[in-house]
Amino acid sequence: MPRLSATALHDVRFTLNGRPARVAAEPRLLATDALRHGLGLTGTHVGCEHGVCGACTILIDGVPARACLTLAVQFEGRDVRTVEGLAPSPDRLSVLQEAFRRHHALHCGFCTAGILMSVDAFLKTTPDPDEHLVREVVGGHLCRCTGYSAIVAAVLDAAAILRGDGSNV
Amino acid sequence: MRAESVAYTGQSLPRVEDAALLSGRGRFIDDLGVRPGTLEAAILRSPHAHADILSIDTSAALALPGVVAVVTGRDLAALTLPMVAGLKVNVENWPMAVERVRYVGEPVAIVVAQTRYLAEDALDAIAVDYAPKPALLDPVASIEPGAALLHDTSGGNLVSDRRFSYGDPEGAFAAAERVFEITVRYPRNTGAPMETFGIVADYDPHEGVYDILANFQGPFSIHTVLARTLKVPGNRLRMRMPPDSGGSFGVKQGVAPYAALIAVAARIAGRPVKWIEDRLEHLVGAVAATNRVTTLRAAVTAEGRITALDFDQIEDCGAYPRAPEPATLYRMHGNMTGAYDIANVAIRNRVALTNKAPTGLVRGFGGPQVYFALERLVQSIAVGLGRDPLDVIHRNLIPAGAFPYRTATGALYDSGDFPAAVETAAGAGRYAELAARRDKARAEGRRYGIGLAAVVEPSVSNMGYITAVLTPQERAKAGPKNGAQASATVSIDPTGTVSVTTASTPQGQGHRTVLAQVVADVFGLAPSDVRVICELDTGKDAWSIASGNYSSRFAAAVAGAAHMAATRLRDRLARVAAAQFQAQAGDISFADGKIVAVGGASAPFARISALSHWSPGVLPEGVEQTIRETAFWTPPELTAPDAADLVNSSLCHGFIFDMCGVEVDEVSGAVRIDRYVTMHDCGRVLHPGMVEGQIRGAFAQALGASFFEELAYAEDGAFLTGTFADYLLPTATEVPDLDILHLETPSPFTPLGAKGVGEGNCMSTPVCIANAVADALGVADITLPLTPARVAALVERPEPAPPEGAGATAKPAGRPGDRTLRGEGSAFVPAPREQVWATLLDADALASIIPGCHGVKKLSPTHFTADVTLGIGPVKGRYKADVMLSDLDAPNAATLSGNVSGALGTGGGAGRVTLTEAEGGTRVAYVYEAAVGGKVAAIGGRLLDGAAKAIIGQFFAALARRAAPDRAGLFARLLGMLTGGHK
Amino acid sequence: MKPAAFDFVRAETLEEALETLASHGGDARVIAGGQSLLPMLNMRLAKPAVLVDIMGLPALRAIRREGDAIVVPAGVRQAELLASAEIAAQPLLAAALPFLGHYQTRSRGTVCGSAAHADPSAEIPLCLVALGGEVRLRTRRKARRVKAADFFTGMMTTAKADDEMIEAVAFPVAQPGSAYAFKEYSRRHGDFAIVGCAARVASDAIDLAVCGVADTPERRSFPRLAGSALDDALNAFAWALDARDDLHASARLRRDLVRAMGRAVIEEAERCLA
Repeated sequence: MPRLSATALHDVRFTLNGRPARVAAEPRLLATDALRHGLGLTGTHVGCEHGVCGACTILIDGVPARACLTLAVQFEGRDVRTVEGLAPSPDRLSVLQEAFRRHHALHCGFCTAGILMSVDAFLKTTPDPDEHLVREVVGGHLCRCTGYSAIVAAVLDAAAILRGDGSNV
Repeated sequence: MRAESVAYTGQSLPRVEDAALLSGRGRFIDDLGVRPGTLEAAILRSPHAHADILSIDTSAALALPGVVAVVTGRDLAALTLPMVAGLKVNVENWPMAVERVRYVGEPVAIVVAQTRYLAEDALDAIAVDYAPKPALLDPVASIEPGAALLHDTSGGNLVSDRRFSYGDPEGAFAAAERVFEITVRYPRNTGAPMETFGIVADYDPHEGVYDILANFQGPFSIHTVLARTLKVPGNRLRMRMPPDSGGSFGVKQGVAPYAALIAVAARIAGRPVKWIEDRLEHLVGAVAATNRVTTLRAAVTAEGRITALDFDQIEDCGAYPRAPEPATLYRMHGNMTGAYDIANVAIRNRVALTNKAPTGLVRGFGGPQVYFALERLVQSIAVGLGRDPLDVIHRNLIPAGAFPYRTATGALYDSGDFPAAVETAAGAGRYAELAARRDKARAEGRRYGIGLAAVVEPSVSNMGYITAVLTPQERAKAGPKNGAQASATVSIDPTGTVSVTTASTPQGQGHRTVLAQVVADVFGLAPSDVRVICELDTGKDAWSIASGNYSSRFAAAVAGAAHMAATRLRDRLARVAAAQFQAQAGDISFADGKIVAVGGASAPFARISALSHWSPGVLPEGVEQTIRETAFWTPPELTAPDAADLVNSSLCHGFIFDMCGVEVDEVSGAVRIDRYVTMHDCGRVLHPGMVEGQIRGAFAQALGASFFEELAYAEDGAFLTGTFADYLLPTATEVPDLDILHLETPSPFTPLGAKGVGEGNCMSTPVCIANAVADALGVADITLPLTPARVAALVERPEPAPPEGAGATAKPAGRPGDRTLRGEGSAFVPAPREQVWATLLDADALASIIPGCHGVKKLSPTHFTADVTLGIGPVKGRYKADVMLSDLDAPNAATLSGNVSGALGTGGGAGRVTLTEAEGGTRVAYVYEAAVGGKVAAIGGRLLDGAAKAIIGQFFAALARRAAPDRAGLFARLLGMLTGGHK
Repeated sequence: MKPAAFDFVRAETLEEALETLASHGGDARVIAGGQSLLPMLNMRLAKPAVLVDIMGLPALRAIRREGDAIVVPAGVRQAELLASAEIAAQPLLAAALPFLGHYQTRSRGTVCGSAAHADPSAEIPLCLVALGGEVRLRTRRKARRVKAADFFTGMMTTAKADDEMIEAVAFPVAQPGSAYAFKEYSRRHGDFAIVGCAARVASDAIDLAVCGVADTPERRSFPRLAGSALDDALNAFAWALDARDDLHASARLRRDLVRAMGRAVIEEAERCLA
């Protein structure tokens, strides 16, 4: 029975944005700290560390997870995706990211990564959401700058483009 | 030289900031690496609102692995001076408690360790012995004569009391046909940026230099406060700001006291130290807006014309008058009459200290407090006179032709057309439609109300307004303070491309994009040709005390300074180009990346702009270098407060008129916003997308202030909203759409005609919604936030009585802030009464029935201390308990009282236990009152009552077990009985 | 805000998990989705010595139908239940689950974890009590099934012993001739309910369960009532729950909501039945 000692570092192996990754972690190391300070992926932000604000939302096996409510050791064997893996290439943005830029759906950008990850997962299962559903999904995040309207508009616009319904580009 | 072609300013260009932020490449403070060997800090905070620190034992913490240093208030005091306060009062303003704590969450010690995890482990090992004192929470009570003192040397908790009179308020009130009065209590709330505070500090003992990287937002007048506190000359305090900051809304001004703490920790540890504030710390102790009690009277004609106002404001600045406070009280001083033409004004401003966290900058800064009183009063006047509130507003607005307009209290309003703005917003059938919706709803028996608010939004603060807290004589002695110095630097590199730096420390507002637009237009370049950097370094950048991101000063002041610097460079480049083209400088123009002379000669911009690097000899006689230009700009209008206390507190004055319709469900207290219209005049709009974003963002924060957000304290000073589950921010499901309208009257006082826009809805929306709810329910007394229970309670509805014989009774509604846990219950113990009594009286036995008791020290037969583990479910904490027995009435009754303290907080209470003989044993009945403080109260409020009940249930279960120890299997049975008998 | 240190056991069999619980008692906690446990760890409200991760046990991941019950083992996430085919058999669950936290927490949080946490406002305990469901507990030595009404003994307190883990919860499927309805009122969407109400209405009976008011979800059964008789029954229920004031709502508001929402869910279920 694998028992990881509290005081030792343990090698955690998983897939990160499509590539094999490993990080050394004590059992209590939060996934946020492992990603940000262990692996240097600082795009996942920490806003509350109690699971409410959503800034740290990542995808684990394709579904959203608050990284602050996840232990690094729980990554073992999982498929983990972060905001750094969203764009098709380093010098481009995804359709969703472009829609956020077009709609001024971010000001300080601190909460944005988490919202992008939630919505990215959501649109894969719900390609044609109405505004009410989008507000419920975005409602799992706190943004203190925008007042949300531009975020909702960006998500609906991105969904339309991804469906091939044309766009406001 | 021809006028610039304005191509980009005024357009909603995509932001240059966005691509990095969208792809996880932002550079917020915790995203930047640190020097190898940098340590991490965690802060121990007070669980008490008011207590003397008897001792701090750090030895166990220092012995833990990875711990390098533990810094206490005494260590801090040995290396620093108290922070300067904004007013003259004999109070030691330390950033960490020295000898005494004065609010829940006040720093008590700093642990510096190899990781944050290890530092937090050590926090739990620091033993602090406190002697609690009574806490003062209500600002009105705290300034009463004879109230206990927060600071023994201050001479009172009333630390400032100033009266002002403008015009002839006494005469106006004496002559008034009607006088209206309102008293409002504006609550404490905060900006709650999504990124918390962050600091990395280092100290060079040889040069005596502190180097502090912090997501501080300014104003940099605080730099002088910090340098003095750290006892170094200004040039030995280097502050650097990271490229990105995750929102501030004023709040990150409050980074400053922590910068001093972490700097000292680094000095003591001998290594760089990093501290990232966590959310619990942020909510309990970062920065709160002031709560304020205002009584406002108006002298009014029968037609609704206001002839005089009389403000009595009591400002609660918390436990320390921390600079720049009491600025919240004075920021609005020039525009206390808002959008109205009122010649006679009396003001009394008092500042109270209470056992709450210190206050500071929060978006709206003084505006929400003032306008809540003023616009509630305007509605009351309309109701009292039987007039439409819109009519009362119209009657009092400053007329269109009056600008620039000098207010009674000294502000010089720059521009505007208030009547046109109100007419535009209310016109096009909008107000009529709201009225029709209200009529229809009311006809159907629904509660619908309309709210209005007209406010003036000040921006670009005069650094001198705060000196209005001093008397004219005191000001004369101190020397005048004024201005709003903004700076920007435009540089040209050897390839001829343009860079811009400013001291504006943005926190997400898109300064880089707007500066690129503005400067590109000056040079005839595309914004993408201009590179902008906003990360300020006080060691080498151009800055002044007014630098920073506050009072909505960017568009009006900073963008203007950049425009000035660029224009000066362009004018010199025109002369260089003229020499090259054998033309006159006046015939040179800049467009499409080229510099062109009338007649056709032209060259790419870079060919001319780089000449100053490569061939300075070709610059014409008398033309200075074109490599770098720094402009400093301060408006001449911002003069110091004068001998008559006239205060021109801000340079720019935008106008907002809000109008909304709400429907209230009288059972649930839910308020639905049916329609919300907001009209803005913020002068010239530099970037429509950003202006809309600022309005929507402020509106959402204002909805929070209206319905959800309060930094709540119990009467005993316990802090109750320590998590985002209790301090509620609006989410996407709570923010309705709003109609945004604009009227543009450019400011004649700013280089680009722009005014601030980011704070207005924080001032107008809370009172607009309050007015609508008041209208819907026909009530006068509205207090924010409008929680469901509070709204439902505004409706007088008799409650169905409890059924006969159910034993249930309506408990009297608790006083606001009274969070005392009360309970009662009874348990059956199958043992004779004398045996139960003996167990209660036997300290050893009693100790053994306290749940989770580890070790007992008997101080007397009725007094002992113990280590206990208490909790429910997985929530467990270790506490020191001090328990006493008193009021003994053998074998009938006894009082058990005591208190516990531990890393999770404190608790205290008393219970009366009565024993009565019952069939086969004894019935033990109890009533208790308890209060819980510290971390548990701050984060577990929703569950505390039940938790206390469960723990007290555990106690009596154990009592039953102990009193009849020799009955096999009894424990489980008793527990069952207890649960059954426990009500 | 970082957890205190603990050992972490990745259980590969149910026996390993139970063995760990047996040897550590109250110092061990099961971690599944972690949505309730991790905040408590981060705030150091809880400092277990050992966490036992059960998400690697395939047997705990599959929802199954056992006769008239939907059996949801300990590894099933809330979103998985919501998306499952089995949930169609119990409309109350389908109505209540979208109110459970947020999209981003349902995707991780487990159904059994919510039952184990026993928050007095939570939807899963409410549904279990409303439907007369059961909680299946197991130790290294024995298994037992506890009626939901007996399982929730107080605020965040259950009948589960320290060496026991919840193996599964079972929700009775919809009974023929019964209709169900759910409503909750919270300050914001996704917040813990100020009051939540779940009703079952059959031709001759009404079951009404309420969360957010007493320390545990409470259920009352009465005959089909209407008009003032129903008002009286709801009023008696509202008073019997001994509502309290807290930061988010007053006792009075909670009683008002029990009366108003209780009636609303009963009427909604009656409409479905008709």
